[in-house]
Amino acid sequence: MALKVVEEAVVAVTEPGVLIHRIAVLFSPGRHWLLLILASLPGFSLFATVLPEDRADVMYHRYDGGGVEVDGPSILVRKSVMDTVSLSANYYVDSISSASVDVVSTASPYTEERTETSLSMDYLHNKTLMSLALTKSDESDYLSETGSFSISHDMFGDLTTVSLGYSVGNDDISRNGDADFGDQVKRQNYRVSLSQILTKNTILGVGWETITDEGFLNNPYRSYRYRDPLAGDGYSYLPEVYPRTRTSNALALRLKYYLPYRAALSSEYRYFNDTWGIDANNFELAYTHPFREKWIFDIHYRYYTQEGADFYSDLFSRRAPQTYLARDKELSSFQSHTLGLAMSYEIKPGFLQFVDRGTLNLAYDYIHFDYDDFRDLTRGGVVGEEPFYSFSANVIKAYVSIWY
Amino acid sequence: MLTKHRLLPVLLLLMLSGCSIEPWVQPYERARLADPIMSFERDPVANGFRHHVYQTREAARGAEGGGGGGCGCN
Repeated sequence: MALKVVEEAVVAVTEPGVLIHRIAVLFSPGRHWLLLILASLPGFSLFATVLPEDRADVMYHRYDGGGVEVDGPSILVRKSVMDTVSLSANYYVDSISSASVDVVSTASPYTEERTETSLSMDYLHNKTLMSLALTKSDESDYLSETGSFSISHDMFGDLTTVSLGYSVGNDDISRNGDADFGDQVKRQNYRVSLSQILTKNTILGVGWETITDEGFLNNPYRSYRYRDPLAGDGYSYLPEVYPRTRTSNALALRLKYYLPYRAALSSEYRYFNDTWGIDANNFELAYTHPFREKWIFDIHYRYYTQEGADFYSDLFSRRAPQTYLARDKELSSFQSHTLGLAMSYEIKPGFLQFVDRGTLNLAYDYIHFDYDDFRDLTRGGVVGEEPFYSFSANVIKAYVSIWY
Repeated sequence: MLTKHRLLPVLLLLMLSGCSIEPWVQPYERARLADPIMSFERDPVANGFRHHVYQTREAARGAEGGGGGGCGCN
């Protein structure tokens, strides 16, 4: 039977006059198995899925803006085992000192520390890469554990890579100084992404992510503000109330273009919406320019704008005028601009024999936020007519990377 | 005779496998695309921190690409 099929295929190829008839015979219902074998033959593999590179990164990061200072280390180590498995571990710390505008208005400045550890394993099988990751984030009043799985596959002559991902996370929330309070959040993320080679100079990336949350979703320390004729200031505060569910969708498009000389332009657009009525758009443009053999310079600009949540108000007309009440500035309407510079210098640390190469990196971002309906109460004024809030942040990343 | 209902599963199979698609950018034409400056995620540790900063200050989240998503950072 198998011999006959091969004979038919050979005849079909060698005698073009009977080609159409022979293909029709091959496609007959009893012979779909042959097509399955044909269909599973490997395609082009020069640009195929590979395991992530073996590398280690040690970073110091710092964020300083709006009365909030956050800094700490991040260490990432990745190593492959045989040719099919890659393991990685990340240790990350945020040391936070906060006297932000909302904290100053309603509570006392505080300091705290968040530690995040994650482990991941990637497994490569032919053109398919499967990844499993576990992440734990720990701070005095917030414990979060997340498990992620993703699978990506190269197809169409390795011009296209499709990835699917799923994460599930459980958070335990408490409130410092309040032993009676405790609640949970369950989060689930669903991701689909596609990377497409368009031309020999251009790559397109498309990503979609839906995230669902269920549980206690507001910050347990934050309050909403309402008009109160009996209060000395003309307003009072009560704890915020958020819905216990939230579903969000984000669609991102990325384009990377290799210029006629050795440099790259990249752009990104993302649209976001959620069931709380928040709509957001961001756009980014970046230029990467290598200089001589060892330097790479980057410059990027990002613009972000969002429409606030349906239940956000800077000043509610009275106590509890509606079910859900928020005055968290992250849920208000605002815009931000980021201008960033980064540089990388390649090194060859001769004293470390197992190291192939390394880079020294420094990156600086300046971010400016302008709020449309969040007022700065520290600057005084008539109730409900205080100046709108704005602030700038400086973000620094300094890191060493090595490949081995 | 090659009827529609026979052809459809076959075409689907071939599309899924990718064998039937002739790559319009040949492997030997991909040198520029393989240059590290063309990577969407050149430095994962720096990108992870970048996404974390924006997720903390903005309501939007998701589809960050690469290291983003599921960081458990509120």
